[in-house]
Amino acid sequence: MANETLKAKMAEYTAKVEKVAAKNPERQNLAHNRLYTPLDLEGFDYERDLGFPGDYPFTRGVQPTMYRGRFWTMRMYAGFSTAEESNKRYRYLLESGGTGLSCAFDLPTQIGYDSDDPIAEGEIGKVGVAIDTLKDMEILFDQIDLGKVSTSMTINAPAAVLLAMYIAVAEKQGVPADKLNGTIQNDILKEYAARGTYIFPPKPSMRLITNIFEYCSKNVPSWNTISISGYHIREAGSTASQEIAFTIADGIAYVDAAIKAGLNVDDFAGRLSFFWNAHNNVLEEVAKFRASRRVWAKVMKERFGAKNPKSWMLRVHTQTAGSMLTAQQPDNNIVRVALQTAAAVMGGTQSLHTNSKDEALALPTEDSVRIALRTQQIVAYESGLADVVDPLGGSYYVEALTDKIEKECWDYIKKIDDLGGAVAAIEKGYIQKEIQESAYKWQMDVESKQRIIVGVNQFQIKEKAPEGLLRVDAAVGEFQKNKLAKVKAERDNAAVKAKLAALEEACKDENKNLMPLILDAVKVYASLGEICGVMRKVFGEYEAHVSL
Amino acid sequence: MEKRIRVLVAKPGLDGHDRGAKVVARALRDAGFEVIYTGLRQTPEQITEAALQEDVNVVAMSLLSGAHNTLFPKVVNMVRDKGMKDVLIIGGGVIPDADIPGLKEAGVSAVFTPGTPTASIIEFIKSNVK
Repeated sequence: MANETLKAKMAEYTAKVEKVAAKNPERQNLAHNRLYTPLDLEGFDYERDLGFPGDYPFTRGVQPTMYRGRFWTMRMYAGFSTAEESNKRYRYLLESGGTGLSCAFDLPTQIGYDSDDPIAEGEIGKVGVAIDTLKDMEILFDQIDLGKVSTSMTINAPAAVLLAMYIAVAEKQGVPADKLNGTIQNDILKEYAARGTYIFPPKPSMRLITNIFEYCSKNVPSWNTISISGYHIREAGSTASQEIAFTIADGIAYVDAAIKAGLNVDDFAGRLSFFWNAHNNVLEEVAKFRASRRVWAKVMKERFGAKNPKSWMLRVHTQTAGSMLTAQQPDNNIVRVALQTAAAVMGGTQSLHTNSKDEALALPTEDSVRIALRTQQIVAYESGLADVVDPLGGSYYVEALTDKIEKECWDYIKKIDDLGGAVAAIEKGYIQKEIQESAYKWQMDVESKQRIIVGVNQFQIKEKAPEGLLRVDAAVGEFQKNKLAKVKAERDNAAVKAKLAALEEACKDENKNLMPLILDAVKVYASLGEICGVMRKVFGEYEAHVSL
Repeated sequence: MEKRIRVLVAKPGLDGHDRGAKVVARALRDAGFEVIYTGLRQTPEQITEAALQEDVNVVAMSLLSGAHNTLFPKVVNMVRDKGMKDVLIIGGGVIPDADIPGLKEAGVSAVFTPGTPTASIIEFIKSNVK
């Protein structure tokens, strides 16, 4: 009856604390309890709830030794302006000790428009690199051995096209597709819910995604075919529990769609990966990472009956929270990013991008990117956080919080199941509404100072305007348009026409896998806009559900 | 009864990040304004058309992609060309300080950058709307 004694002692402590708090009041609106004890872990079972790292349910991590053998991949997200400029930045990052590439594409590329499309005006090369044809992709990876580096590409609606371009560049370098390592984000559901770079309606989008799963399982076996992303859901304002709940619900929808398309779950599940946000509340984030692994393991094993342990593992890339960076006193962001890095590492991420201090103002400069990368290296080599597997396992607080987040996640998954799954929940606007509510509450808490943001609503100083920000040259648009015109003039236009016609026919037949046809079109230098245009013609475009 | 201030919250360009636009829209509504939100990827033509149709007093644009120098002035010109001389036009998002004077010169009355409390936007509209 040790618990009875402990309960009595806890009651004594609480009584004492309340007297103290009456005199010296505690801060209000704190999200968690004052203190956590074994009482918060009633029914806790080590083997069932935690197990060992590398074993089901993977609460303590997906690898047995975690960072003791190899650090996480330090993968900085980069890309801006032209393929020529971005190639320089990639090579700089690799020379500085980055261990993977992560490509940011500009908005026209992400939405399937060429640089010469009128809708692209003002956006070319702004938030990422502009890619119109295979020619740009060849320049982007010039002097970078695709057999040696792993590349992540933040591309969703036109993911199949960019993946095809990557495969084609590798082939030209003499690297066979089965030697390629990397990830395409390829997560359309969160685009409808939170990020906005969709093209087609859900049904053909889901088809493109399952086509990629199938094609890669046979031809590009080491490629991660999707990165199911909570990052943007969190950036749009969700809570930690909502971030993983909505993302895992999306994951369930992808697995469902793939099984419905006739795939065997164990043939593709091992190549599904996730993408989390590392927010400011360090310990809540650690608990979130741990809870997400436990939920996904149960989903894959119990709901989908996957047999291969690799199918049960939630492997995750992480990015520190861009929305938590402040334009005010930007140097403070270095500290925020360091704490977020610590959270991601203690949470057991497989790969990490750290944001740069100036990203609330512009794209990062070379200097600020270096500090962000050095932050990871300091955490890896100097902090000791990477020396022990799951260092916070067993903390009363972290375990109780892991349980709580897991429970909130299951509650949401049940609600979404009741609505007919993630696709239906998004079409009904449910997920968007939940995220908006949380975003609004956050803003009101900041304005009422119930939540303090250093330098924004407290500890302000008079500041000089920041200097030395990166600016994308306005001439990029013209440069890119001219390059595209040259490619179009020099390529075999009859071949382009034939390949696009074949693709269009295949789009109309739901049983056809589109990947080989897209690859054929890419290789004759059909442009991204032309390929997406063909698919737009057959599939139509998504119309967003707008609600406030 | 005094006519309520009508605000069009718009997302020009291809940028899909609408957390700020939606938070501002809701705060304006809570402050008693009538708010119309256009949704994503609106061309300057569409925004102008919506402003005209909805007979708004204010057009509030939000943009994080860096295309503001191209798109904000375009909207101002089109709105003015359509005869909406009194409509207050404001903008917000990730906009470098260095760009603000140019945007103001182009006819954007105020630019609200990250960290701005919604209360400041409400206050600005109340004091400047015609």
